[in-house]
Amino acid sequence: MKLSFTPEDEQFRGEIASWLQENLCGEFAELKFRGGPGDEHMFPEQRKGWEQKLAEGGWTCVSWPKQYGGRELSIEQQVIFYEEYARAGAPGRMGHIGDGLAGPTILAFGTEAQKQKYLPGILAGTEFWCQGYSEPGAGSDLANVKTKARFDEASGKWILNGQKVWTSLAHESDYCFVIARTDPESSAHKGLGFFLMKMDQPGITVRPIEQITGTSEFNEVFFDDAVCDADDIVGAPGEGWKVAMGLLGFERGVSTLGQQMAFQNELDEVIKLAKSRGADRDPALRQRIAQAHIGLKIMRYNSMRMLSGGADGSLQKEALIYKLYWASWHRDLGELAMDILGEDADILAGENYELSRLQSLFLFTRSDTIYGGTNEIQRNIIAERGLGMPREKRAS
Amino acid sequence: MEFAFNEEQLMIQESAESFLRDKSTSESIRRVMDTDTGYCPELWQSICQDMYWQAIHLPESCGGMGLGYVELLAVTEQMGRYLLCAPFFSSVALAANAILLAGSESQKQCYLSAIAEGKTATLAYSSSGSSQSFNHVVARCVADGDHYILNGDYQHVIDGASSEFLILAARDEQDDIQLFLVDGMSAGLEVQALPTMDQTRHRARLSASNLRLPASTRLSQFDNANTAFSAVLDLATIALAAEQVGLMQQLLDMAVAYTGERQQFNRPIASFQAIKHMAADMMLRTEVGRSAVYYAACIADEYLAGTGTSESLAEAASIAKAWCSESAFKNAADCLQMHGGVGFTWEYDVHLFFKRAKASEHFLGNSAQHRERIATMLLDEKRLFGNTPLFSDKKLVGAEK
Ligand SMILES: Cc1cc2nc3c(=O)[nH]c(=O)nc-3n(C[C@H](O)[C@H](O)[C@H](O)COP(=O)(O)OP(=O)(O)OC[C@H]3O[C@@H](n4cnc5c(N)ncnc54)[C@H](O)[C@@H]3O)c2cc1C
Repeated sequence: MKLSFTPEDEQFRGEIASWLQENLCGEFAELKFRGGPGDEHMFPEQRKGWEQKLAEGGWTCVSWPKQYGGRELSIEQQVIFYEEYARAGAPGRMGHIGDGLAGPTILAFGTEAQKQKYLPGILAGTEFWCQGYSEPGAGSDLANVKTKARFDEASGKWILNGQKVWTSLAHESDYCFVIARTDPESSAHKGLGFFLMKMDQPGITVRPIEQITGTSEFNEVFFDDAVCDADDIVGAPGEGWKVAMGLLGFERGVSTLGQQMAFQNELDEVIKLAKSRGADRDPALRQRIAQAHIGLKIMRYNSMRMLSGGADGSLQKEALIYKLYWASWHRDLGELAMDILGEDADILAGENYELSRLQSLFLFTRSDTIYGGTNEIQRNIIAERGLGMPREKRAS
Repeated sequence: MEFAFNEEQLMIQESAESFLRDKSTSESIRRVMDTDTGYCPELWQSICQDMYWQAIHLPESCGGMGLGYVELLAVTEQMGRYLLCAPFFSSVALAANAILLAGSESQKQCYLSAIAEGKTATLAYSSSGSSQSFNHVVARCVADGDHYILNGDYQHVIDGASSEFLILAARDEQDDIQLFLVDGMSAGLEVQALPTMDQTRHRARLSASNLRLPASTRLSQFDNANTAFSAVLDLATIALAAEQVGLMQQLLDMAVAYTGERQQFNRPIASFQAIKHMAADMMLRTEVGRSAVYYAACIADEYLAGTGTSESLAEAASIAKAWCSESAFKNAADCLQMHGGVGFTWEYDVHLFFKRAKASEHFLGNSAQHRERIATMLLDEKRLFGNTPLFSDKKLVGAEK
């Protein structure tokens, strides 16, 4: 059992840190600490520019194989990359859905032609993606998607009809990956397809949804005879669930480990606030501040164990607790920030529902325990897959 | 990153697991827990002669195995899991660590070798027992020629009535803590066994009245007396947290097994979501506690090797104990609840774990006390915790700024 990184890893840390220092300035300086959770709607154009800057330095898609333009970083170095990125206060990644979800899925399940067509744009930071999974009737019960895909023999294309919801950044995206039913008679996991769709077309309408924060980062997406090329289905028709589940594996993977540095920045801010207000003398708040510190430290030790799992990045049974743990921790931090502020927590930063950073943290962290599998769904997964407890029967 | 057991450590863990599963059974625990000493001498002998666990982290020069804290905790965790009744914690986690950190070479030679041979010992330090001061030393010692005169009471001393020798903590005229090696049967020392709710760990009250000790019994390598003493307790605290992880695991396993078998409403109760979610939270608490303990084990190894700081040891110990104390009790409470009426019986083992969990929660400081300790480090000193790279091996406590 060892705690240290190799000298090569530490050297790599220096490399990314100094690149960020040299480049996160000038026109990009205003993006520092922006575009994170609760702030994802801000500065979209500048942040897209930043993606291209990252690409120039070779800092997009760092986990991808070299063959497709990535850096093929080890898990340790990926974590270092995300840590240094957050520590420098570099902006929330506009490209993260392409870089971390769409790309890896295409790499794992896509054809060579799909790789050639889609990967370069993600790599260059010029093409952006969104995730079209949830629907009004398919949230936790994702397999209940109703959006239909019909193959039109005449045009040789797939035609999609239906509706997605909660689609983050759809209004800023060039492409969307969509799960839809290819077999209209099918139900649940069977008969689904995984489609790569161009957003800019007459059959797709995007309507923003105003969030708890008063801002809009997610959307409704309507498909009315939306068109998808025959070559743009990943896997065979009917295999969409397998592809989609593979993708959720990526979603719960390494990139979330780097967020701990951003959490540390937030916790530091909360502690600073407590000291400046004298809340650090309140015994009950001291307990909660210490608990937050303890919680974040152990989050790191958890990840260290996860990282020590399979060299291929495969996660062990213990890793099942990770999402439930960090999401709950983060939500508690938001509450702590408000409780330190007391009645001042209610006073906005300005007109037009302008939230302070901590108010935004408080409100936005309510979503951490909802998206990517709610806390309740996480507990089901832990009990059924981690502990082998019996599954609940689906009502017929 | 190799934050996992290596092969040798896995072997140690597995052999501890299988030995204890075999030997520390419900029947054997129940047989010894109500006896005077609270342990079975044959089992202790077998541990000391066949398994050699008491010598794991003792130096080879003293007859030890020269291994580290990671190996020690791999075994300690299993002891918690199987509720071992033995003078292990007192002799190794308390007494041996005190001698290791505070003894001279010749004292180590003599006393660590004795522990390596299976002699039992303990550390007596806490005089108040009040929840405000879990590590409060109030006994006094005064130099008298080449002797010391010691006066004071010690509460809740683990295995205090059965240990062959004792280490007593007392404050000198400068208010510094001193530690003394004392024979279990000494004139001037009154020992009274205390009946305990958790019968798997025995405790005693000791009273020293004008106990006269030769100066040579003082552990003489206490250069920074008070810091070294908290380091002793921090090492013990980490071992206790490892036991608590073992407790949590066993409680989880018991809960999953029982709820899988027990049928109500025509289905196993484990299929009810209220039960599953309780179990999921138990697993979360267990795995998170395990991460904290493994980390603390690495920090303890660094400290014992002279490459770590007492601050990082203190922080790691408090993080582990703050998490594990509450969590072990919650797991015990949930496990009992999931057992329904049988969980309330003397016959089922749940209550043994439940009581051990409560006693361990407060022993060496409860969660609130350790959180307050963290709060002090975090809020009361000009110390920068934040912005240390998460995965760097650099000091946890961060640079002084
Ligand atoms: C900020 C944000 C961004 C998002 N971005 C995207 C995106 O980009 N793309 C996308 O496809 N989706 C996105 N989502 C959607 C997200 O994945 C869903 O909200 C989530 O899966 C929950 O589904 P739901 O909202 O329909 O809630 P429901 O499934 O209706 O859940 C409501 C409540 O019921 C509980 N519940 C449901 N089923 C069970 C069960 N079996 N056992 C116990 N309790 C249960 C839930 O835990 C929850 O408490 C986003 C959501 C948010 C909040």
